[in-house]
Amino acid sequence: MSIDTATAAKVAKLARIRVEEDELPALAQEFNTILGFIEQLNEVDVEGIEPMVSVTPMRLKRRDDVVTDGNQQDKVLANAPDAREGFFAVPKVVE
Amino acid sequence: MSDLNTFTIAEARDKLRAKEVTSLELTEACLNAIEGADALGAFVHHTPDLARDQAKAADARLLEGDAPNMCGIPLGIKDLFCTKGVPSQAASGILNGFKPEYESTVSQNLFDAGAVMLGKLNMDEFAMGSSNETSVYGNAVNPWRRGNEDTALTPGGSSGGSASAVAADLCLGATGTDTGGSIRQPAAFVGITGIKPTYGRCSRWGIVAFASSLDQAGPMTKTVRDAAIMLETMCSHDPKDSTSTDLPVPDFESMLTGDIRGKTIGIPKEYRMDGMPDEIEALWAEGKEMLADAGAKIADISLPHTKYALPAYYVIAPAEASSNLARYDGVRYGHRAKIAQGDGITEMYEKTRAEGFGAEVKRRVMIGTYVLSAGFYDAYYNRARKVRALIKKDFEDVFAQGVDAILTPATPSAAFELGRETSDPVEMYLNDVFTVTVNLAGLPGIAVPTGLDKQGLPLGLQLIGRPWEEGDLLNTAYALEQAAGFVAKPGKWW
Repeated sequence: MSIDTATAAKVAKLARIRVEEDELPALAQEFNTILGFIEQLNEVDVEGIEPMVSVTPMRLKRRDDVVTDGNQQDKVLANAPDAREGFFAVPKVVE
Repeated sequence: MSDLNTFTIAEARDKLRAKEVTSLELTEACLNAIEGADALGAFVHHTPDLARDQAKAADARLLEGDAPNMCGIPLGIKDLFCTKGVPSQAASGILNGFKPEYESTVSQNLFDAGAVMLGKLNMDEFAMGSSNETSVYGNAVNPWRRGNEDTALTPGGSSGGSASAVAADLCLGATGTDTGGSIRQPAAFVGITGIKPTYGRCSRWGIVAFASSLDQAGPMTKTVRDAAIMLETMCSHDPKDSTSTDLPVPDFESMLTGDIRGKTIGIPKEYRMDGMPDEIEALWAEGKEMLADAGAKIADISLPHTKYALPAYYVIAPAEASSNLARYDGVRYGHRAKIAQGDGITEMYEKTRAEGFGAEVKRRVMIGTYVLSAGFYDAYYNRARKVRALIKKDFEDVFAQGVDAILTPATPSAAFELGRETSDPVEMYLNDVFTVTVNLAGLPGIAVPTGLDKQGLPLGLQLIGRPWEEGDLLNTAYALEQAAGFVAKPGKWW
């Protein structure tokens, strides 16, 4: 399985990371090196093995379905790069 | 009194309780040591005012009597822990300026016990790295040097700042986190003790997430006893982390008897790697002998899927990272890129993440995105999770045969030089070859310094224990520590 620059560009897009055109060949090369390393997993016989879901056999705890906090708009927004009138502000999303 | 910063946690605790020293004196000694240690790049955010306030409060509590073990002990906190009102960036540009409005459960547990925070410690960006070279703050530097050379060496990673700070006596102990070896490898590189407890012992709440099924916090300390003391305070059941376990936390320190007679120590043949330096091989053999002399039975064991641990890790960890790091979108916190006329929200995300993340983080996020993408999920991600199940079973099988702990080298080499040129990211990944299996199997593992190499650099051994039996593991580590008698300290050049 070899990754070409088109695939590298597609992955970058899916990951929402801008990669300039001229950086794509090097990136594709790195992916191929890492995936080449990962390919070793194909040597393992995994017939009938269930994929691990939780390293410790456990049932995830459920808590009571009640409000535990709230009323802290100022704290929620305190670290926002752009907050206006009690909201997170972002570029126009809907035309 | 001078050199208070060189105290172990146990010494400091005893002297605090005996009123021979105050927390404020200990804290000032550490702040002083930190001030002269910029060259180590260990502390990246300094909190001297907070430290003094906490020290005064600890002194008041000590006067009242009945103070907990960690009361008044000055610590460094890895930058991965969210600390209220104090910059917490995971050594990433994307969290530039982020000051959490909340406290991580682990740091809260330490503060509730009266511990003092001196500042935040350097690390690899988002804990992705084995040399502390991916940090936005620049490198942390190992206080140890080769012989009389002045080549700057790595303190390891990702908890490189924690390792450097503890080894250089800038603090009495530090928090670390370990996803593939990030506590144990740096501890070994600087000649200190570091334990990663069983997955679920420490709450992950408020620790910036890398790979949630692997991440665990743990202490990095000067001795095994200190690790036992500090770990006990860090552990707790936490309703805010659904994977934190509701088990009582034992008094680990009281389990340090040094008596390991009749224990079975497994020596896994698969950890004898091709090209492993003779010194590591010799260190391992010595460790085996030390434990045998202390009365343990040594058993050759096999963990047949060891070879596949690193490749499985480099599917699972990036996959989880790509999901966890999706939250850095420039909307709610941290860095947001300046956008051009006509750019929409997608361009904002893409530019923000391109600017905010470093090269290694981008690489892993994209690898994770790829292995989770339609058409490859089964071939990569599901296969890796199946191999992970087999790796865990390897350990379960040897524990079922009566093995109490497993002895391995902690790292495949001593600390290496910073700035080593490499075009192959996989080469760096091999640092974790002995440690990563433990994360995949969710087990407790501890690195203990046991010797020096020919060039005078520390080397460590790793002990791996049964799940939830950190007390027993710490006791075996204590026996190894006693036998090895490692007391060397780096010569001060900084």
